[in-house]
Amino acid sequence: MQDRAVQSDAEPQPLPEKVSVTLTVKGTERRFSVLPWVSLLDALRDHLDLTGTKKGCDHGQCGACTVLVDGRRINSCLTLAVMRDGAHVTTIEGLAANGALDPLQQAFIDHDAFQCGYCTPGQICSGVGLIAEGRAKTPDEIREFMSGNICRCGAYPNIVAAIQQAMGTRP
Amino acid sequence: MIPFQYTKANNVADAVRLIAATSGAKFIAGGTNLLDLMKDNVERPTTLIDISRLPLGSVEETASGGLRIGALVPNSDLAWHPLIEKRYPLVASAILAGASQQLRNMASTGGNLVQRTRCAYFYDTATACNKRQPGSGCSAVNGINRGHAILGASTSCIATHPSDMCVALAALDATVHVTGSNGARAIPFADFHRLPGDTPHIDTNLGPDEIITAVEVPAKGFATNYSYLKIRDRMSYAFALVSVAAALELKDGTIQEARLALGGVAHKPWRDPAAEAALRGQAAEEASFARAADLLLRDARPQTHNGFKVDLARRAIIRTLTQAAHGTPQSQSNKTIQ
Repeated sequence: MQDRAVQSDAEPQPLPEKVSVTLTVKGTERRFSVLPWVSLLDALRDHLDLTGTKKGCDHGQCGACTVLVDGRRINSCLTLAVMRDGAHVTTIEGLAANGALDPLQQAFIDHDAFQCGYCTPGQICSGVGLIAEGRAKTPDEIREFMSGNICRCGAYPNIVAAIQQAMGTRP
Repeated sequence: MIPFQYTKANNVADAVRLIAATSGAKFIAGGTNLLDLMKDNVERPTTLIDISRLPLGSVEETASGGLRIGALVPNSDLAWHPLIEKRYPLVASAILAGASQQLRNMASTGGNLVQRTRCAYFYDTATACNKRQPGSGCSAVNGINRGHAILGASTSCIATHPSDMCVALAALDATVHVTGSNGARAIPFADFHRLPGDTPHIDTNLGPDEIITAVEVPAKGFATNYSYLKIRDRMSYAFALVSVAAALELKDGTIQEARLALGGVAHKPWRDPAAEAALRGQAAEEASFARAADLLLRDARPQTHNGFKVDLARRAIIRTLTQAAHGTPQSQSNKTIQ
């Protein structure tokens, strides 16, 4: 059995220092300092108190942590906050504008596209990214391009319907 | 995750200087595989050198009619790049068969090449693994090896390379451009990844102080007769049990040139010159495809749990070549196999 001890492969180095990071979230510049290994997900939740973005698997397999960075959907658990200095980040908290829900948020309500709700912020951010990409149109394509978001409750048919409504293709 | 230093490279020369001067350092670009492995303590770099802002993000036409793809072009951008869609749809299809859109938005072209195997024993630091810790043994040989190699494996390692994109790039005879302390060089795709032999901890022939700057595809893209077929345990977002990239050049129903590369079956994208040569001059029909499949699989050595992969690969090769010959490539959105 291999030693499970956590150690680096080379000689010890001085402990890293915190790095200053600036993110624009909900239209506001937020500046904070983090250690290099803090993921964007942990920075959002623990440093900016934006707990709408969820930690599921923390390995990029479930999609619960999906946010939009500079308009593109990514897994916030698999990127470091220090690598995103200067970025614009849209989380579930930033989708509603002027008190009105994003059309996809409203569509999720209209189609009952969730049960427990844990995956929902990631599903909605992912769906907003999908609609912005403009590639997926048919239900098959929507399912394929939403495959990075797992729903343990199995709300998939209603999620597809909600996305179709928001992109205006629902018959 | 273990503590590590973080630094940004300002240009390619800076990146090479930093990696050469820093013991235990690794480059990070998209980070999708590296950070995952760091969370499991499989990768334990002392320093991450952030190369994500280097100017390696463009796709440019070359003088010889090919394309030079910057190492930092995200997988999603590459799959949807107009020149890739039009002239290299095999590459686009293979990319879209892999990962999820969120991961493709982060993952870089260069990073895709150097991603590590998804062998469960490689990921599990409680088990022996020659790739993770040289000399410790291979837990997969006598373990659960349903997903492992049937070609080119060794007694030291039976892991597979997980990439889809690389299977297409191998089929197209791409070239990997790298820069290191001793300058720039070009590595033919077939020579980039290695078979495990008795050094499975070394995945590629990229030098320790080298950085991938670009991947070049030659002019010939086989945009008319191609297909990428990926067989997996679920319809989307899973690694291949077997995948096949097929490309044909046809004249009056006769094969002028054939390219055939397999994923999910070996430590690198698998090509067999004999199988491709056997297709040349033959009619583009099932009997020819079956002969090529049998040739390619003549030395297949399945593990305890993956004997099915030999039959699966044979049928997938025939089906993919048939799709290519008919100009009806596999769709990555509608997974119905035509």
